[in-house]
Amino acid sequence: MKVVVDLGACDLHGLCVEAAPEVFEIGDDGVLHVLIETPPDGLRAKVDRAVRECPTGAISIEE
Amino acid sequence: MLRRIVVVGASLAGLRATETLRDRGFDGELTLIGDEPHRPYDRPPLSKQVLQGTWEPEQTFFRRKDGYDALALDMRLGVRATSVDLRARRVILADGTFADYDRLIVATGARVRNLPGMAPRVGLLALRGLDDAIALRRELMNASHVAIVGAGFIGLEVAASCRARGLQVTVIESLPVPLSPALGSTFCEMVAAMHRDHGVDLRTGVSVTDVFGESRVAGVVLSDGSRIDTDVVVVGIGVTPNTEWLEGSGLTLENGIVCNGCGEAAPGVYAAGDVARVANRWHGDSPRIEHWTNAVEQGVHAAENALAGPASSTSFSSVPYFWSDQYDRKIQFVGRARPHDEMVIVDGSLADRRLTALYRCGNSVVACLAVNQPRALIKYKKLIAACVPWEAALTATAAS
Repeated sequence: MKVVVDLGACDLHGLCVEAAPEVFEIGDDGVLHVLIETPPDGLRAKVDRAVRECPTGAISIEE
Repeated sequence: MLRRIVVVGASLAGLRATETLRDRGFDGELTLIGDEPHRPYDRPPLSKQVLQGTWEPEQTFFRRKDGYDALALDMRLGVRATSVDLRARRVILADGTFADYDRLIVATGARVRNLPGMAPRVGLLALRGLDDAIALRRELMNASHVAIVGAGFIGLEVAASCRARGLQVTVIESLPVPLSPALGSTFCEMVAAMHRDHGVDLRTGVSVTDVFGESRVAGVVLSDGSRIDTDVVVVGIGVTPNTEWLEGSGLTLENGIVCNGCGEAAPGVYAAGDVARVANRWHGDSPRIEHWTNAVEQGVHAAENALAGPASSTSFSSVPYFWSDQYDRKIQFVGRARPHDEMVIVDGSLADRRLTALYRCGNSVVACLAVNQPRALIKYKKLIAACVPWEAALTATAAS
């Protein structure tokens, strides 16, 4: 799986950081960073949660 | 063996419940029932992007039409559920059909309250659903002045959107400050000043005693005797949970569907979102919460527990979170604040309208408010979820 973030849609709610801190981080620059673009399957449930909880639908997964 | 799951309510909580059921491997019959004709859509953009005209209504849909193929739903839209027979495990619909279930998830949401005693007429509107937003946007195209009744988050977002369209706006609020006094009167005063600076005529401490006009609205009369001529009246004075269809079913209904910590209202029956009162371990109570993230969390939670069954269910524990976008400000709030909690600004200032504030109850930090400071909110949410003492939260502030 590959994590794709639409930074134009990202509104910095930070719910993805909470759901999957291994994968998402808001940097000192105030921008969302994807730490692991292709997370291992073990993180699948957390990334799914991040996708589901994003209020702007900014996160998607490409298989 | 679970063969049939029925979800009543095709908005955010209901949709997330169906998605979770499929994600977790449920491959039986899955029915999604919604009383609106539209497939599930997102509400937050209605008061902003849709009203301002930057989004077309279709952009609020969560999934494209073909995006439902993978969920393999029996989607019944535009038909209302009228009752449930808990013993027979059957939901009865307004068109005379029914849906049988092994597990039921109720996510029927809430509807707007009307101004008491005011007859419906053209130009008197509320904003809750997609059709409301389309109707209101159409009215705004030919309007020059809008009166908004209620200075809650919806009313103020509509006010900001109307100002963005160049309309004259009057907001009428019966409380002395907009929003909720529990957020702290200094913050509420800041929000009032922000709207006045943007040209909103904000009247607090007065209520609407009459709406006048023949077939369509011409104005409102306030409790201080003043009359305001207007083209459109938007009412935003709160919502009522949609539980009438469950009366007599045997479920406990008290300002929503009362559920245990597993989200269960009766054996095999779960509730989620605006209609539900799920016992929340972090909260210490069973609040009815009307926030976007609550609908997601409870939709997911109900689906997981519906599959797990009572013996393996998890109990709900969540720190409530909401946000509001008004003009160029993002207001975010996490936790719970009550009227006598102390609010302390730990970063920024009211004057800058950019700040982080913490709320103290006893020796605990119970909530955080951020205006245009999203990173601070994320940091404090963790501390609030962990119930850290007040001093520890302040130390974290100093360390950042």
